[in-house]
Amino acid sequence: MTANIVNNVPSEIKVALKQEILEVSIAGDWVLDADTPSLEPVLAQLTKEGVQQLVFSTKTLGRWDSLLMTDLIRLIDLGKNQNIQVDTSTLPEGIQGLLSLVSAVPERVGARRKEIKIPWLETMGNGVLHFVKETHDLIVFIGETALSFAALTRGKARFRWVDLWMNIQSCGPSALPIITLISLLVGLILAFVGSVQLALFGAQIYIADLVGLGMTREMGGLMAAIIMSGRTGAAYAAQLGTMQVNSEIDALKTMGFQPMEFLVLPRILALILVMPLLCIYADLMGMVGGSLVTVAFFDVSLVEYLHRTAGAVHLTDLMIGISKCAVFGILIALSGCMRGMQCGRSASAVGDAATSAVVTGIVFIVMADSLMTVICNRLGI
Amino acid sequence: MTTPCLTIKNMTMAYGRFIIQRDLDFTINQGDIFIIMGGSGCGKSTLLMHLIGLQRPAKGDVFYGEESLWQADDQARNRILKRTGVLFQSGALLSSMTLAENIALPITEHTKLGAERIRRIVSYKLALVGLAGFEDYYPSEISGGMQKRAGLARAMALDPEILFFDEPSAGLDPISAKLLDDLILSLRDNLGATVVMVTHELASIFAIGTNSVFLDPETKTMIASGAPKKLLAESTDPKVIRFLTRGETQIPENNTHYLDRHPL
Repeated sequence: MTANIVNNVPSEIKVALKQEILEVSIAGDWVLDADTPSLEPVLAQLTKEGVQQLVFSTKTLGRWDSLLMTDLIRLIDLGKNQNIQVDTSTLPEGIQGLLSLVSAVPERVGARRKEIKIPWLETMGNGVLHFVKETHDLIVFIGETALSFAALTRGKARFRWVDLWMNIQSCGPSALPIITLISLLVGLILAFVGSVQLALFGAQIYIADLVGLGMTREMGGLMAAIIMSGRTGAAYAAQLGTMQVNSEIDALKTMGFQPMEFLVLPRILALILVMPLLCIYADLMGMVGGSLVTVAFFDVSLVEYLHRTAGAVHLTDLMIGISKCAVFGILIALSGCMRGMQCGRSASAVGDAATSAVVTGIVFIVMADSLMTVICNRLGI
Repeated sequence: MTTPCLTIKNMTMAYGRFIIQRDLDFTINQGDIFIIMGGSGCGKSTLLMHLIGLQRPAKGDVFYGEESLWQADDQARNRILKRTGVLFQSGALLSSMTLAENIALPITEHTKLGAERIRRIVSYKLALVGLAGFEDYYPSEISGGMQKRAGLARAMALDPEILFFDEPSAGLDPISAKLLDDLILSLRDNLGATVVMVTHELASIFAIGTNSVFLDPETKTMIASGAPKKLLAESTDPKVIRFLTRGETQIPENNTHYLDRHPL
């Protein structure tokens, strides 16, 4: 038993045609790891005229497994197609048993799939229909979310407050380290990029304006949103998707809970509450990063830098950044929860849901950001 | 027909300090349909995990023939386990692959066969379990019973000597369960394989079991072993009798308070 390497007896297949009876003799070991001879000569013999009966001789057959079975099935099937009488009674008992098992359940009519070629016009049409359905689903989801928020304001939404706190904990404080790192570095980068041009005019002090305004109006919120989309949006989609796979969402429905209120509402609420705070934090961290560069590399003192920042950044700028970030929060939570609720019922569907939540989230964020920037610009704020 | 195929020697199973079962000692012979039974939570599935190399015993060992499973190095263990096939409770088919790809996976990995040969073997295995023509379906597109049979086809992909089943008939209707039992029986007869089965489906236990072990969650050890029919006829242990008769024949003395609470 210890030496699992068994030398195979070389396998052989011979054909002999005697008075319209084709005898196929099989010898040696027919196992998966053996080199077995090709079936082609036998198949060729079978298709010749004048064969009436197919018989087997397995007196010197050694070990055998699925490999022999598939070859036998191939011979028998071809024989039957050629209206040749196939005699399997001389085969070993085990093989006969397996053969009858194989033919016990006939192939269900229409079960086999054929590859269908789809013309390009149809592909395009399907694409459009898919887009329409996606949009429809999105609008329905937004509507349902709005209804559950309405229920919340009337105090009728049923969810567990502890879920809300848990979600706030996981998408707020737990996200601080990564937000710190990224915002600090973004502030640093902004300062360096700006300094190249500003130093030409000896106007390094204006790095403070650039970093302050850049972070508060745009980058702080945007970076926080992109991080949260990858961190929390994907997590929402995966959580809800797994619940879908485990029928947990069905269970909630049967217990009389609205999944939209019970699962989606606390998640969206948590992100809406947390995102503005994360935005302020990211803004501050960005300014810290900017000041580090300016104070260390350019002849500007920390007090000067802070004074300059205070002069350049107005409350309006901060408020614009925060309101943008609140919108991003809604978008991230919506796309994460929507993809999770739409998730199919398999492991790969959960992965798809998480991926698509992040992609949808980032697309929405960037589109909304451009739109809001244009609006602010036109309004002159 | 009494070549020992699998020997469990003095084995203790535990999660950390929490002991599940101790002093397990039994032999599974070649050609057996061996049933691992016992009430819920007694460690049946855990025992199966120990036999198929997914969990290391706290004490003792499992021998495949003469070879120790847990003293062997990883490579040797993989070689031993290649001779086994496992059907998990819900099939455990990989959901991102079609049935054909699922079954072809171990064959492509462990043999040098060409694509055409593999395709033929896959079709043969699917036909064996009554799923001819379902090659291109994804697991999510077929019913639970079919998933189980496809799982069986995958377990048999490499013509294993030992087949392990974790609750094969759970979640199946009685007719499908009976068909699966028949399938297991004829596979055992025709392939000469040994079958190890975790189940508490009494119908299957009596219909196809040739040997068994009964695990008890309270004393945390095996309290009976032998052919299930013989156990039913000869065992004197009230726990075993109650299990094998669904608790319907007699109410043991220590359970009289049941009558107090539910007067007839």
